[in-house]
Amino acid sequence: MIYSDLFFWLFGGLIPLGVTAFMVARSKALGSEKDGSRLHSLPGYYGWYAVIWLALPAMLSGIVFSFTHMFGLFSIPAPMLLGAMFTIGGAGLWYGLRHINVDFRAREKVEKVTTGMLVIAASISVLTTLGIVLSVVFESVNFFQAISFWDFITGTKWEPDTAFLIGAGRDTAGMTPPAFGAVPIFAGTFMITAIAMMVAVPVGLFSAIYMSEYASHSARGRLKPMLEILAGIPTVVYGFFAAITVSPLIVQAANALGLEADYTNALAPGLIMGVMIIPFVSSLSDDVITAVPQGLRDGSLALGTTKAETIRHIVLPAALPGIVAAFLLATSRAIGETMIVVMAAGLRPNLTANPLEGITTVTVKIVEALTGDQEFDSAFTQSAFALGFVLLLITLMLNIVSSIVVRKFKQRYE
Amino acid sequence: MSQHSFQPDARKRKRDRADKRFKLYGFAAITFALAFLVFFFVDIIGKGLPAFQQAEIQVEVHYNEATMDNYNRGVDREYKTLVSKTWLRLIPNQMRDHPELVGQDRVEWVLAENRVDQFLKGNEGHRLKPKYQKVVNQMFEEGKVRLVFNSGFFSKGDSKLPENAGILASAIGSILVLLLTMLFAVPIGVMTAIYLEEFAPDNKLTQIIEVNINNLAAIPSILYGLLGLAIFINFMGVPRSSALVGGLTLALMTLPVIIIATRAALRAVPDSIREAAYGLGASSLQVVWHHVLPLAMPGILTGSIIGLAQAMGETAPLLIVGMMAYIPEAPGSIFEATTVLPAQIYTWSSESLRAFEERTAAGIMVLLAVLLTLNAVAVKFRNRSENTW
Repeated sequence: MIYSDLFFWLFGGLIPLGVTAFMVARSKALGSEKDGSRLHSLPGYYGWYAVIWLALPAMLSGIVFSFTHMFGLFSIPAPMLLGAMFTIGGAGLWYGLRHINVDFRAREKVEKVTTGMLVIAASISVLTTLGIVLSVVFESVNFFQAISFWDFITGTKWEPDTAFLIGAGRDTAGMTPPAFGAVPIFAGTFMITAIAMMVAVPVGLFSAIYMSEYASHSARGRLKPMLEILAGIPTVVYGFFAAITVSPLIVQAANALGLEADYTNALAPGLIMGVMIIPFVSSLSDDVITAVPQGLRDGSLALGTTKAETIRHIVLPAALPGIVAAFLLATSRAIGETMIVVMAAGLRPNLTANPLEGITTVTVKIVEALTGDQEFDSAFTQSAFALGFVLLLITLMLNIVSSIVVRKFKQRYE
Repeated sequence: MSQHSFQPDARKRKRDRADKRFKLYGFAAITFALAFLVFFFVDIIGKGLPAFQQAEIQVEVHYNEATMDNYNRGVDREYKTLVSKTWLRLIPNQMRDHPELVGQDRVEWVLAENRVDQFLKGNEGHRLKPKYQKVVNQMFEEGKVRLVFNSGFFSKGDSKLPENAGILASAIGSILVLLLTMLFAVPIGVMTAIYLEEFAPDNKLTQIIEVNINNLAAIPSILYGLLGLAIFINFMGVPRSSALVGGLTLALMTLPVIIIATRAALRAVPDSIREAAYGLGASSLQVVWHHVLPLAMPGILTGSIIGLAQAMGETAPLLIVGMMAYIPEAPGSIFEATTVLPAQIYTWSSESLRAFEERTAAGIMVLLAVLLTLNAVAVKFRNRSENTW
C-alpha cells in the first residue's frame, strides 16, 4: 500500500465510523433522559461531540505522523499507520462517549471546537503569505550567497548559461562565469508595463467617466458587464491572441512604415496587457467617481461651468486619490502578469528603448528557469526565486501604497 | 416677455465644443474596448471554427498478415501518407480484437493526415506536396474525401499528431483540479470569512489577517506557483504535475477571492435577523449556521463561482508546478501527472504545425464558453440575491 492510498482508506473508514459514532452517542444521550430531566443540548450535539472525539484525534495523529515522515525523523508502514490512527480515534471515541449523560453540556463543547476550527481556517491565509515569503526568501538567500545582490540589481548582463554546468558539477575552467545582471530584465518588465498603462489608463479612465457621468442607467447596466468580459478572459488566451494575431500585424505595420520589428516585440504583449487591465482601471475609477458627492457637481454646474469642465476641474480632482490607487493596482497587475509575456515577448534580455525589439521580462525568466529539466540547486533555478522576491516586494509596495491612498480618500468624503 | 434669444459668444462656443469633445473621448474609449472585444472574438472564432471539422478519406484497408507485421501495408502505397499515422498504427490491434476481419479488404472512411486536412480547408501553409495535392484533388472529385464533425477533438487526449489531438485528457484534468480547488478553497474561505465577520474580536491580530488577505488578493499568480513548488513539491513531497499540487496551489490563490466575496455577503445580511435569532435564545453559532449563512448563500455562491472560474483559466502557477507536461491520457488519480485546459492551450500554441493553431483556437473557444457560462451563472445568482433586500 502506498501512502497516497492512505487518504482514501482514512476517509473511507472515518465517514461510516463517524456516522455510527453519531448515532450511538445520540441514542445514548436520549436514553439517559429520565422522567423530569431533560437533556441540556439538542440530541444532535451529543452525536457531534462523539464524532469530534473520533475524528479529531485520528486526524491529528495522522498529521503528526506525516510531519515526522516529511522531516525524515521516522516513518512507519502505511497499514500500521492506518491501524494506529483508527486505534487512537477509537480510544478518543470511547473517552468521549463516557461523558454523555443528561447534564452534559454538549453544545458548548461542540461550539468551542467549531470556533477553534474557524480560527484555524482564518490563520491559513496568514500561513499562505508566510509560505510565499518564506519560499521566495529561502531560495533567494541561497542565490545571493553565490551571486552578490549588488551585481544582481545593477548588472546589465544576464548570461546564466554556465550556471547549469556548475550545477551539474562540470569543469568550467576557461569559460566565462555566469552573469546574473537583472537590469535588462527589469527594464523589459518596465517597458511592457508602461505600454500597458498607456493603453489602460486613458481608455479605462474615460470609459469610467462616460459610464458614470454620461451614460443612462440602462446603458451603464449593459456596458459594465461587457467591459468586465475583458477581465474574465484567461491570460493564456490573450497570450495566444497577442502572439498569433497582434504581433504579425505590428510587424506588418512597422514594415509598411519602413521600420524593423521583431515578432517578439514589446508592443504586442504591452497593448494586449493594456486591454486586459482596462476593466480594472475602469471599475475602480467608476467606484470612486460615483462616490464623489453630488453636491460638488451641482455647485460647480450652478456656477455656469459646462459638464466637461465640472468633471475635469471638480470631479476628477476630488476622485484623484482613488484613481491613483486604481492606477497603482493596475500597475502591480501588469508587472506580475505572466502568460501574455511568456507567449508573446522574447526570451533574450535586451536593454533597449525601442518597443519594436524583442525584450524579456521578470515573469518570463521565472517561468523559463523553472519549467526546464535543470537541477533544482543550480544558481539558474534559484535566480527565479530571486526575481520572484523582487516581484513580491514591488507588488506588495504598490498594494500597500494604494490601500493607504484609498483610506485617505475615504476619510475625506465619508 | 422679451424674445431675447441667447446668442453664445465665441468663447462660449469654444467651451461647448470642448464639452462635446470630452464626451466624445469617453464614448471613443468605450467603443475602443468593445471593438477590441468584437475583433478578438471574431478572430478566435474564425481561427478555431475549422478545427471542429476533420478530413476523412475513403481507402481500401487490407486486413492481412502483412499488415500485422507492418502497419504501413494496411493501405495502398499511394494513400499511405494521406492517412493518419495514428490510425494506421492501430490496425494490428484492431485485427487482434476482431479476428474475423483478418483476410478481408474493406473500403472504409479513415482519419486523414493533418496536411490533407489543412489543404482541404484551404489554409495556406498546409505543406502538402504537389504530387499529393493532385491525388487529393482527384479523390475529392470522386467523392472519396470529406470533412466531418471532429468528434475526436472531444473524445481524445493530447497527441503529437494534430489530427489525433483532443481536449479530453486536459478537460478531465481541469475538472479534477477544479474539484480539488473547490474542496479546499470553499470551506476554508467561507470559514475564514465567518470568523472575521461574525466572531473575530477587533484586535491587532484580526487587523493583520485582514490586511494580509487584501494583499494576498493582489499578489501575482506566478508567486503562488513558486509557493507550490517550494512548499508543496519540494518540502511536503506532493508529486510534481499532479492534480493534487495544482488543486492546492489554485486553492490558495482562490482563497482571498472567496473570503472577500463571502464577507461582503455576510455583511449584507441585516442585523435585525441576527438580533431576532439571539432573542429566541440561539447561540452565536446557531445564529450564523441557521440564519445568516442561508441568507448569505447566493452571495457566497457568486463569489465562489467567480473565484473558481478565475482558477480554471489560470495557467502561470500551474506551469511552475509542472502541469504543462505532455499527457495523452486522462489521469487516473489525483497523484498522477495531469494537464489542464489552459496548459493544453499553451503547449499547443507553441507547436509549429499550422493544424495545431486551429486546435489551439478551438480549445480557447471551449474554455471561453465554459468560463462565460460560469460567469453568467454567477451574475444570475447575484441578481437573485439583490432582490432579497
